[in-house]
Amino acid sequence: MSKTLIRGAKVLGGDPQDVLIDGGTVAAVGTGLSAEGAEVVEAAGKVLLPGLVDLHTHLREPGREDSETVLTGTRAAASGGYTAVFAMANTFPVADTAGVVEQVWRLGKEHGYCDVRPVGAVTVGLEGSTLAELGAMHESAAGVTVFSDDGKCVHDAVIMRRALEYVKAFDGVVAQHAQEPRLTEGAQMNEGVVSAELGLGGWPAVAEEAIIARDVLLAEHVGSRVHICHLSTAGSVEIVRWAKARGIRVTAEVTPHHLLLTDELVRTYNPVYKVNPPLRTERDVLVLREALADGTIDIVATDHAPHPHEDKDCEWAAAAMGMVGLETALSVVQETMVDTGLLDWTGVADRMSFAPARIGRAEGHGRPVSVGEPANLTLVDTAYRGSVDPAGFASRSRNTPYEGRELPGRVTHTWLRGTATLVDGKLT
Amino acid sequence: MHRHLISAADLTRDDAVLILDTAEEMARVADRPIKKLPTLRGRTVVNLFFEDSTRTRISFEAAEKRLSADVINFTAKGSSVSKGESLKDTAQTLEAMGVDAVVIRHGASGAPYRLATSGWIDAHVINAGDGTHQHPTQALLDAFTMRRRLVGPDAGIGHDLAGRRITIVGDVLHSRVARSNVDLLHTLGAEVTLVAPPTLLPVGIESWPCEVSYDLDRTLPKSDAVMMLRVQRERMKAAFFPTEREYSRRYGLDGERMRRMPEHAIVMHPGPMVRGMEITAEVADSDRCTVVEQVTNGVSIRMAVLYLLLGGNETALTRTTEEK
Repeated sequence: MSKTLIRGAKVLGGDPQDVLIDGGTVAAVGTGLSAEGAEVVEAAGKVLLPGLVDLHTHLREPGREDSETVLTGTRAAASGGYTAVFAMANTFPVADTAGVVEQVWRLGKEHGYCDVRPVGAVTVGLEGSTLAELGAMHESAAGVTVFSDDGKCVHDAVIMRRALEYVKAFDGVVAQHAQEPRLTEGAQMNEGVVSAELGLGGWPAVAEEAIIARDVLLAEHVGSRVHICHLSTAGSVEIVRWAKARGIRVTAEVTPHHLLLTDELVRTYNPVYKVNPPLRTERDVLVLREALADGTIDIVATDHAPHPHEDKDCEWAAAAMGMVGLETALSVVQETMVDTGLLDWTGVADRMSFAPARIGRAEGHGRPVSVGEPANLTLVDTAYRGSVDPAGFASRSRNTPYEGRELPGRVTHTWLRGTATLVDGKLT
Repeated sequence: MHRHLISAADLTRDDAVLILDTAEEMARVADRPIKKLPTLRGRTVVNLFFEDSTRTRISFEAAEKRLSADVINFTAKGSSVSKGESLKDTAQTLEAMGVDAVVIRHGASGAPYRLATSGWIDAHVINAGDGTHQHPTQALLDAFTMRRRLVGPDAGIGHDLAGRRITIVGDVLHSRVARSNVDLLHTLGAEVTLVAPPTLLPVGIESWPCEVSYDLDRTLPKSDAVMMLRVQRERMKAAFFPTEREYSRRYGLDGERMRRMPEHAIVMHPGPMVRGMEITAEVADSDRCTVVEQVTNGVSIRMAVLYLLLGGNETALTRTTEEK
């Protein structure tokens, strides 16, 4: 394997250093490094981060390859600086057996743009009534550690309790999509001033908060780990903060779009803003940012949800929920957290690499940029500003809420175990 | 010339008064032996109804025909829509046939707005009711009815509804009529009070330009007009209120309650009425009830809107929110 010398990069935003990659690992970190025959990447002014890890990606394969495939999704991931993604289970068929999770894992391995860690469904068919074979999925080649019915809430308290108890046997974690189903029947956007005006069914904050409150208490009761997907309300933050203070083993994520966008955008009736959980208010956005900064929220996860054009080019009620996010996540985090002074680049590395790898137990990822560690790295031109053009996306889908919006930062290089997957903004 | 009528909130006071004044002119046409104007001759209007509504569709059709437009009625039932065709494809098919205006009724809030702003078609779009969002021509015909009754037909020309106190009663949560009326009546200077059980008022209503009350009896004596909303019986299954009887006792309008209203006050209803529950026969059949007039006035208002959008020379309607 060839050598690469990254010259003068600000490692985790700190002082400029040279980083030598050799044989898939970081061989040296220092100043004035030289290496004969090494490919040199001039990185003065750029920030070098550990490869990003997304705990919440929808790759759609098998079943909805018109939206995304493992290949296109992992190419999008590499474009966004990710070296590992956790692929959600709501595929067709559902990833609720060892066979399906192994298929997804194998496709990721073959394509090689980033490591794919399948998430196993908690219940058979995501139907919420019968536990899936969690142990078999863990023991499969895919080595599943994260289980989630994401897209649907595990709303039955007994099933949730049993899942939390069961995964303790192999230190798994249940990632909950917190949405009380009865309170969100017909819901299409955040319930509040805007939904009242637009006549769209309201998705109340309490529908998320009630489930989180229940689940942290269940996790405490059975002594297990629970992870809360895509927190979207100020009240959810308060519950997680309380649970952590109480010593409950809860972790939580926030999406980039919930850090930036508000329900005011729904006034356009443009389904590109239709997402689950829905965009909330300005106050929620500010509280989520603060909670990510102070560590109440552990990680940023994209909830990358690709949909074909026709599923969004329609009236609001008929449109699919979700937005793509892998290729814009770091830019949105820079805009909302770094450029606002809430988080430095070490903080970003923690929320987008170290912590998600730790929660999902993604070995080899989320490691320090130091000698002997796997060379999973991301180089970011933080001085860049440009408008988002979905035509250039590697994802098969284009349902981004940021089209035409100017955002800072651009990932220029990504390395997966020393092999470049992205060079000068172009996929290899 | 502005192109669409999507929401009552898009109308300025002057826009709304112009439409009401124009509707007075149109009402005179209805009194003629030959109820027809040549204004929209050669123009094609399609009534694109994705949701059943005989009353509104016939009202628009009568208005279009009185203005001599060529009318196409499209109902989703039994059409390509039931085979899975999208709103966009349906609209573009109609546009390809040379349609000048689309009157759209749709079950999804925001569908007319999407149609008008997504670049799918060039035709004028008139919202004939979308989901639980807006029904602007209903609000206009209600305001027209109020102005005629409370100010007088000829005396009303040029006037708004400043200082009039309007009470709207019932299922506000699911009512596009209530939303449209609050917007328009506020624009016209009226003071609006919504009366309903808390379960039938949307979260976020505090931002609306109106008062909210749970007590009908306290509101009635200070009302110039009381507008009853239809209560959908299927709502009862969703536990919005305990029983039909309890709803009727607290929020139904009977003769006794009507007599607590000022003498000049009128009773309105967008129809169809559920007699016995939300309104008793005594009230529905009284001289103070304007339900039948509202239907008549609906044709005049829709003629005025079509005339001003497609045929008139004056700017009448504001731009959509996005165009602003």
